Amino acid sequence: MSTIKSLDDLKRAKEEALKKRELKATSGAAQVIVGMGTCGIAAGARDTMKAILETIEQDSITGVIVTQTGCIGLCEREPIVQVIIGEQPKVTYGKVTPEVARKIMKEHVEAGKIVTNNVINL
Amino acid sequence: MRELSLHLLDIAENSIAAEAKCIKIVVNEDSRSDLLQMIVEDDGMGMSTEMVEKVIDPFTTTRTTRKVGLGIPLLKAAAEACNGFLTIDSQPGKGTKIFVQFQRSHIDRMPLGDLVTTMMNLLVANLQIHWIFQYQYNGKVFVFDDQPIKNELEDMPLTEPGILNCIREMLKSGIMEINPDFSTDQVSISK
Repeated sequence: MSTIKSLDDLKRAKEEALKKRELKATSGAAQVIVGMGTCGIAAGARDTMKAILETIEQDSITGVIVTQTGCIGLCEREPIVQVIIGEQPKVTYGKVTPEVARKIMKEHVEAGKIVTNNVINL
Repeated sequence: MRELSLHLLDIAENSIAAEAKCIKIVVNEDSRSDLLQMIVEDDGMGMSTEMVEKVIDPFTTTRTTRKVGLGIPLLKAAAEACNGFLTIDSQPGKGTKIFVQFQRSHIDRMPLGDLVTTMMNLLVANLQIHWIFQYQYNGKVFVFDDQPIKNELEDMPLTEPGILNCIREMLKSGIMEINPDFSTDQVSISK
């Protein structure tokens, strides 16, 4: 039996996502930026981002945009993740292991509470 | 870096920085000829011959040429340690093609690793880029082109929970179909 997901599956996923979005239309859009320079990748940024995407799936978080950026000159604090929620100022986190990433997604992105332990003051 | 797919992610960053609109990544495994080849091809700003020489040598790459750092020299060294090589084919204004080859069975060849996660990350975080991923195993070919998906989704981001899952499954099952031995969790040594 073939398990290949087709565009029809995607269409269904899209419709479901649209429904969920309508329900949660009030929450401010969140943007999560992961540093993906050579330094970031060598420090484990790919798995940090994987953890972010997995948390979005597991917790069904809707309305989050995940993007990436190159080296921002803080190689020793990589993996670096930045979070912007609505109009609030950007928060920069350092040493974001997959575990910390999950924490940031749950506490900051979902609940609006900054994870102070990992904040980098720029 | 411990996985070839981490190198791919890194090399693709150069293409993104070079303002590519379309990036194609090819991984070709062939157990019959004992080769593992990878290609990253973009239509970005390209490089002059002089610049190409510079990016290959880690010691002449300066901090002001921010576009490329240690990524290419690292991958080149990894290939050369495995009876392989790395070539760069680039033209200003046309784009860049990086080709790297390894002896597949070489004891020092690092594992391909979590290719699906590399692809997912590139896709999701760079929506403006047209991505084409191609995985080949002993002559069989799986091509993943993101255009039909993006057309279907219209302006919805790929980061919606159900959609992430759907795309990951498309990638995973496509690869597994031509290489049943391919394990997407080959090296879970991230802990």
